[in-house]
Amino acid sequence: MKFKRASLLAGLVVPVLATPVLAHNFTIGKIAIGHPWTRETAATQSVGGGFLNIRNNGKTADRLVSASSPFAAEVQIHTMSMDGGVMKMRQLKDGITIPAGQTVELKPGGLHIMFIGLKQPFKKGGQIPAMLKFQKAGSVKVSFAVQPVGSAAPMEAGHAGH
Amino acid sequence: MPDIDDMPAGGIAAIRKLLWLMAAVAALLGALLYFGLEGSGADKQTPVAAKMPFGGPFELTGADGSVLTEQSLAGKPYAIFFGFTRCPDVCPTTLSRMALWRKQLGKDGDKFNIVFVSVDPARDKPADIGSYVELFDTPIIAATGTDAQLAQIRKGFGVYVKKVPLDPAKPGGDYTIDHTAGVFLMDAQGHLSSIIDHHEAESTALDKLRMLVG
Repeated sequence: MKFKRASLLAGLVVPVLATPVLAHNFTIGKIAIGHPWTRETAATQSVGGGFLNIRNNGKTADRLVSASSPFAAEVQIHTMSMDGGVMKMRQLKDGITIPAGQTVELKPGGLHIMFIGLKQPFKKGGQIPAMLKFQKAGSVKVSFAVQPVGSAAPMEAGHAGH
Repeated sequence: MPDIDDMPAGGIAAIRKLLWLMAAVAALLGALLYFGLEGSGADKQTPVAAKMPFGGPFELTGADGSVLTEQSLAGKPYAIFFGFTRCPDVCPTTLSRMALWRKQLGKDGDKFNIVFVSVDPARDKPADIGSYVELFDTPIIAATGTDAQLAQIRKGFGVYVKKVPLDPAKPGGDYTIDHTAGVFLMDAQGHLSSIIDHHEAESTALDKLRMLVG
């Protein structure tokens, strides 16, 4: 239900604000990463949320264990939930399991990467480099596309409004 | 006159229903009388619920250092949201939605103010929240306050706020804030008109806003 509503919101918001950018993907071993993106931040803002899809094409489960970026003092993996109208965000110290043959979405309203202690603001249209470390597949360099603050979903070409 | 036990079951049920209805009407009349007498003559037409005190009084500091109170906001409806700038998801999403609602209302879009209250005064200074709300491409009144001032407005609006350490092993370290994520819609007289829930459909949110500014 939560998933459907988030998709609906994305469908409504994106067509109005979208300036499509090219889709970008990364792979490491059996792990395929789809379009990491983040939102622009204010000059005085010290955190940013990062979102992406992670697909495990392997036959055994893997785990996103940690992340880092030269643009942030620390990068954490978080979950976000709504509980009786109250937003709750928690750090996942053990990371996120990516089951075999499945895709895990990190998206607004749920799981996300959190950039903490930004070295400089995230500028719209920019790219934020980061390293994602998987338990089995190893480490992979990715870049998060900086989208407008109003974004609720990745702005890959042909992806908006789904 | 037959004893009540002799009456068919349907008859008893009908009488019970009637009694309940009479009790409900009496209670309603009593409430109307009570609140009507309590209120001033000028706003006797206002529905009972809308006369309940809500939100105020409060005093906060705006992004430019000015004082913001329920009095200074009065005269124009407003949509008020509580959050903090170090919130990577719900806060930017909600403020963006609010900016979009204003656009979607067309000519009625400027008939309400958007107010963002930071509940993280330890880290969000007035200038911080000012630069934060500038991101959203629509005028947003940003405010914060002392712990005591924020406790007051939170109590008024019934807003839940709780600091939670990001790492439970380091209670004095970095923290996040659990907080109520709904948007409160206040009318020009400072009464609660409605609440837009975080998961509510955009069409419902827009209907509620149209009712607010209509």
